[in-house]
Amino acid sequence: MSEVSFHTFRAGAALAIANPHLQSAVDGATLKFRNDRRRALADLPDVEAMRDHFKAMRAATLANLGEHLEQFERQASAAGAHVHWARDAAEATQIVINIARQHGARLAVKAKSMTSEEIHLNAALDEAGIAPVETDLGEWIVQLAAESPAHIVVPALHKTRQQVAELFTREVGRPLSADDIPALTEEARRALRQKFLAAEIGISGANLGVAETGSIVLVTNEGNGRMVSSVPPVHVAIMGIEKVCPTWDDAAVWLELLARSSTGQPLSVYTTAITGPARESDADGPRVLHIVLYDGGRGGILGTGYEEVLQCIRCGACLNHCPVYQEIAGQTYGHAYSGPIGAVLVPLLHGLEQYEALPHASSLCGACLEVCPARIDLPRMLLDLRAEEVTRGIIGPPEQAVEKSAAWLLGQRRLFGLLTDAGRIFQRPLVGKDGLRVPRRLNPAQERRLPTLAPRSFHALWDELAAEAETAPAATPPRKAARKSSRGRMAALIGASALPLAVLWHLLRRRGRKER
Amino acid sequence: MTSAKRVAIMVTCMVDQVMPEVGVAAVRLLRRAGYTVEFPAEQTCCGQPFFNSGFRAQAADLAKRSLDIFEPYDAVVLPGGSCAAMIRKEYPHLLERWPGGVARAEALAARTYELSEFLVHVAGWQPAPAAGAPRVTYHDSCHMNRLLGLGAESRALLSAAGCAIVEMHESDRCCGFGGVFSIRIPEVSNAMTQEKVRRADATGAEVLVSADPGCLMQMRGFAHQTGMRLAHLAVLLEELTR
Repeated sequence: MSEVSFHTFRAGAALAIANPHLQSAVDGATLKFRNDRRRALADLPDVEAMRDHFKAMRAATLANLGEHLEQFERQASAAGAHVHWARDAAEATQIVINIARQHGARLAVKAKSMTSEEIHLNAALDEAGIAPVETDLGEWIVQLAAESPAHIVVPALHKTRQQVAELFTREVGRPLSADDIPALTEEARRALRQKFLAAEIGISGANLGVAETGSIVLVTNEGNGRMVSSVPPVHVAIMGIEKVCPTWDDAAVWLELLARSSTGQPLSVYTTAITGPARESDADGPRVLHIVLYDGGRGGILGTGYEEVLQCIRCGACLNHCPVYQEIAGQTYGHAYSGPIGAVLVPLLHGLEQYEALPHASSLCGACLEVCPARIDLPRMLLDLRAEEVTRGIIGPPEQAVEKSAAWLLGQRRLFGLLTDAGRIFQRPLVGKDGLRVPRRLNPAQERRLPTLAPRSFHALWDELAAEAETAPAATPPRKAARKSSRGRMAALIGASALPLAVLWHLLRRRGRKER
Repeated sequence: MTSAKRVAIMVTCMVDQVMPEVGVAAVRLLRRAGYTVEFPAEQTCCGQPFFNSGFRAQAADLAKRSLDIFEPYDAVVLPGGSCAAMIRKEYPHLLERWPGGVARAEALAARTYELSEFLVHVAGWQPAPAAGAPRVTYHDSCHMNRLLGLGAESRALLSAAGCAIVEMHESDRCCGFGGVFSIRIPEVSNAMTQEKVRRADATGAEVLVSADPGCLMQMRGFAHQTGMRLAHLAVLLEELTR
C-alpha cells in the first residue's frame, strides 16, 4: 500500500485544482516570493559565484559530515548543551518526551520546525500527555485546522484570511472579522503570549549548526522563535544532521542566501544564534539546552548518487518556482516536505514504494534547479528515481510491457511506419473537428482536445519535399500524391496493428486510476 | 565543418506523425538559408520519452540507433529544443556504459543544433521583414531555454521577419506537457497548460509561437479557449519569408 500512489496523488491534485481559494492564495503568495527573491538576489554583487561557493562548501561538508558533527557535538557540549543522537523518528520523539517528563512539562511551545513535522512530534507529545502549541502564526493556523503544512516556509499559504478568521473564531470563542487583519494577529499574539509564559519547555528546529562553536542558528520572522528559545526554562532544538556547517564564515554565506532565496528578505527579521544555555550571569534564558541531532534516513543517502539532496537548506525557492506546486500546493504531496525537494527527498527518506507517484510529480521543466541556492540538480534525481522504479519493478508489468514494446517498435522503422499508417485509418471514426474523441474515462477532464495523427507523415511527404529543392521554393505545401504500393501490405497489417499509441495511452491512464 | 553546406534534419517523431508541416517548413527555411537538406529515412525517435519515464535501457537503444543514423552527417538540425537537448545533454551520460559511447555521443552532440540556433549562429541567416507580420508572443520551452540557453534566437528571427513581440508574464513557465507527465498526471498537466494559454492570450497577440513541437501539441489542446493561433516558429517564419 503506497502512501502516495498515482491514484491518491491525482485525486488530491484534482481537489486542489478545483479549490478556488487555494488557487488564488497559492498563486498570490508564490508570485510574491518569486518577485521578491529576484530583487533580493540582485542586491548581491556576484550571486552566481556565491552560489557556486556555497554549493562547494555544502558538498565538502557532507563529504566529511561525521567529522563536522563530532566537532559540533564537542563544542556544543563544552558550551553546556546536552547533545543527543537520534537514528529515527521513534528515537527522536522519545528523547524529547523524556526531557519534557524530566522537567514535569505539561505544555510545550514550539517554533516552526520542519524536522518536528517530519517526525510527527506533535502527535507523539499529545499521546504522552504533553500539549504542543505551535507559535509560528502559520503553523498555529495549520495546527488549529488539524492539517499538515502546505509549504515548508509558509505553512498556511493555502489559507485565505476568511478561513483564518473562522479558525481563530472557533479557538477564542468570539466572532472575529476577516477584514481586520491587525485584530486577528492581536488575538493570536494574546493567545500565544499566555502559552509562552505557561510552557515548561520550548521546542524548536535549527536552520543550521556551526561546528566551530557548537552553535545553532534560528531564522524566523515573528519573534516566536526567540520566545520559544528564551522564555521557558528548557529549550530543545531538533536539527537534521545535514544542517551543520564548519565555520561562521560558512554560516554567513548560508544566511546571505537563505532568506533572499526564501522570502526575498536580505535577512529574516530575527536571526538567533544560540551557543549553550543561559549563563549564570544572564538575566533570563533557558537554564537547560538540549540539541537532538536527527538522522531519519539521511545517513543512508550519504555516499549514494542522491547525496546532493542533503545540501538543501529548506528555503522553499523550488516550491515557489515549481509550476506543478503552484497548481496543487503542498498537501497533495502527502508529506511535510513538498514541491520538487519533497518529490526527491521523501521517497529517499521513507521509501520509493511508499511514495511512488512523487518522482512523477514534475514536468522536468528545470525551474527548481535554476533557483536553488545550492544548485541541487533535482531534475536529475527525479529521473534517477523514475529509473529506479522501473528496475525495482515498482512500475508494474503492464506498463513495462507497453513502454518496452513501444521502444522496440520505434527501433523498427518500417513496421513503425506501417502501424502508424494503419493508425491514420483507424482513427478516422474518432476524429472530430475538436480533435481525437475518446471515451470519457480516457480523457477524464475532457477539456483537452487530443492530438490526432496527421493525414500523412513527414516520411510520406519527403519525396515531394526533396523534389521541391530541384525547382523553385514552393509557396504551398506539397500536393497530396497517390498512395504508394505499400498500401496493400498496410491493409493486411491493419487487423493486427491495434493502434500501439492508443494502447499506451489507455494503459498509462488506467494505471493512474487504479486503486492500490 | 559545414563548408559543404549540407545538413541532416531530424524531424522528431512528433513532427513526423502529428505535425509534419513543421518539418516541411524547417527544411524550406534551411534551403532558403543556402543549405542542402538530407533526410535520413531510418530516423524515428531520439528516445527521450523512455528516458523521462525511467526506461533507460530502451532510451539507450534508441540513442545508439540515432547515433548510427546521424553520425555520417556534418551537422544535424532539429525543429525542437527538447529533442535537441536530449542529444546534446543526455546522450553522453546515457551511453556512458557503452564502450566508446561517450566519445561518439559527445561528437554528435557537438554538431547537433536546434533550428533557430542553427539559422542564427551557424547559417547567419536573417529573414527580411514581411508586410503584415502578426503580433506574436513567444513561449520559452523549458529544455530549450534552461538546458540549451536558447530563446533570444527565436525572438531575433521573429523580429527580423517583422513580428512585434509582446512578452507574456513569465514566458519561461512550463506549458504543462512534460511528455509522459501529461499522461501520468493529466489533471495537473492540463491545469498548467490552461494557465499558460491564459497568460499568452492576455498579451493580445495574434499568434502564440513555440519552437518545440511537444509544447505546441499540448497547448493546442486548449487553443479553443482562446482566439489565438498556435504556430511553430518554423511554420510562421516559413510563411513570412516566401
